[in-house]
Amino acid sequence: MRHLPALASLLVVAGVLVALPFILSDYHVSLVAQVGIFFIAVLGLNILTGYTGQISIGHGAFMAIGGYTTAVLSRDHHTNLVVTMLVAFAICFVVGLIVGLPALRLSGVYLALVTFALAVSIPQIPLQYSTFLGGSGGVQTSKTVSNLWIYAAAWTASAILFVLAWLILRGRTGRAFRAVRDSEIAAVASGVELPVYKTLAFGISAAYAGVAGSLFVLATNGFAQPSEFDVFLSLELLIGAAIAGLGSLWGILVGAAFVGLLPQVSSSVPVIGVEHGRDVVFGAAVVLVMLLLPDGFAGLLARLRALRNA
Amino acid sequence: MASAQGSAVAGFRARGAELAPAGAVAVFLVGGAIFLLVGCLQSTTFARLTVEGLASGAVFSSLALALVLVYRASHIVNFAQGELAMLTTYVAYQLIQWGLSYWEAFFATLAIAFVLGTVLQVALIRPVLHRSVIATVIVTVGLFILIDGVVNWIWGGDFKFMPSPFGTASFDVGGVVIPHLYVGMVAVVLACVALVWALFRFTKLGLGMRAAALRPAAAALVGVRVDRMLAVGWGLAAVLGAVAGLMAEPSQLFLSPTLMQSILVYAFAAAVLGGLESPAGAVVGGLTIGVSLSLVVGYVPAISSELQLPFAFAVLLIVLLIKPSGLFGRREVRRV
Repeated sequence: MRHLPALASLLVVAGVLVALPFILSDYHVSLVAQVGIFFIAVLGLNILTGYTGQISIGHGAFMAIGGYTTAVLSRDHHTNLVVTMLVAFAICFVVGLIVGLPALRLSGVYLALVTFALAVSIPQIPLQYSTFLGGSGGVQTSKTVSNLWIYAAAWTASAILFVLAWLILRGRTGRAFRAVRDSEIAAVASGVELPVYKTLAFGISAAYAGVAGSLFVLATNGFAQPSEFDVFLSLELLIGAAIAGLGSLWGILVGAAFVGLLPQVSSSVPVIGVEHGRDVVFGAAVVLVMLLLPDGFAGLLARLRALRNA
Repeated sequence: MASAQGSAVAGFRARGAELAPAGAVAVFLVGGAIFLLVGCLQSTTFARLTVEGLASGAVFSSLALALVLVYRASHIVNFAQGELAMLTTYVAYQLIQWGLSYWEAFFATLAIAFVLGTVLQVALIRPVLHRSVIATVIVTVGLFILIDGVVNWIWGGDFKFMPSPFGTASFDVGGVVIPHLYVGMVAVVLACVALVWALFRFTKLGLGMRAAALRPAAAALVGVRVDRMLAVGWGLAAVLGAVAGLMAEPSQLFLSPTLMQSILVYAFAAAVLGGLESPAGAVVGGLTIGVSLSLVVGYVPAISSELQLPFAFAVLLIVLLIKPSGLFGRREVRRV
């Protein structure tokens, strides 16, 4: 019975998502698909930052790796696109573990610095190895897919990864993650193996970002380009996670919708104008959210619930 | 009581360590200096690359020092420091457009930067500072995007051109052509660094700021306005950032909203190399990064200019893994 409200909201979300493609125009379907892509990435980042307390300003880098994996596999081997997503998941999991290794010795601002530098560095790699990775022109997949395909793929993947995250976080592993977040020393004293769980959290969240990156590339006509994965993408993901807050499906949906829809919505903001409204609104919003809603949207929900029960 | 005494002793030891870097570090620095000197005497190409590296290193130093000031005061890294520097450079551009001469605009900009940094700290950072490192870092990330958007909005994304502060002439030292610009860049940055050092060393304000950074609670007890000191620290950091931006602009030949983005990464690497806590380390780190980037890109064919940023990333990572306290930093001791 305890899970009933959660289950109900899950069903509502799923029902709405199944119904939407029948109602919306093709353009709006692509927008909601974009939200699904960011849902995956923000969910992954939430596991790392929200649950394990390890900051990452570099998740755009993992999205880039996932995206290029899909594009290169499809270009060179005509691999099935769904298979490329699984490969992206696996590769990013391994890369995440490797990046997580220095995280063992670093925390707080140092980790933020390293991941930020990673986010800035990764887009330079395709420029250097342009024969394999296409230079600034990028790599294109051998076939492109419809908006509806991306919508279905993004939200199916979201559902699977959401359940996976729930399974991971509800049990022993999730408890260990939270212990690391609350106090590393107390966690070690209680028998949590710090190296294992810190790198694992990095791996999982990088793998999520990798899948999001695959879909991200497919959603841009199958083009993987360095400019898509600039540092702003990483910052946007972190902002999405900050707006989402901790441990709430609705929070993550709101965070993902914010990051996924804002570029389109803000282009119609009158004063600020088409091109740069996005950045101004993004920046102002995140600063305001941090000042006014310390625990993000999830915290706001919790507060409202407490008010109702009081 | 015993623990308070212990920590005071540790503090003194740490200060000693900061003044006289450990043997290995001294060997590294002296060795590096000798290597550069011999190289410059042997080859004019090497000398040219070294001078270029020193000039860009001066810019990295200035921004790294800004990061260090903020880090010492509040133990966070200001990710918006580079964008803030870029914004103040645009302010200088605007002032020049309005008819001020370069140097009038330069000093006016420094004053504006100081006010801007102070106001930002009071309005946006102070409310979240007590919460967590992550919260504060996210606010600075928001500021990063916000400033970028505002600059694009006001001035547009196209290239702007500013008059060159040091002309286009150059010195000729034994066959090596050294533009006045490079000499000027290094001189301006070093002058600013010296001024900041003197402020910290010789003024009551500086003493208060050092006290507030080192022992906030104790400083508050003896009447230092810790909050105010932190705000002034942000103001000074913004001034150093403005110097970095203004000196970076002529070396990149034009002004654009992405002016400081890669420089910020080099400054991170520089600050970490020097030890995030150490102002002297930031300067040495900046010059080291500048010269080694210039030499590596000049001489190692495998590392082209596209790999400069990944190179800085590698430096950052290696330093943090091998010697997290950097060249001049002190080891952090955490109590449970």
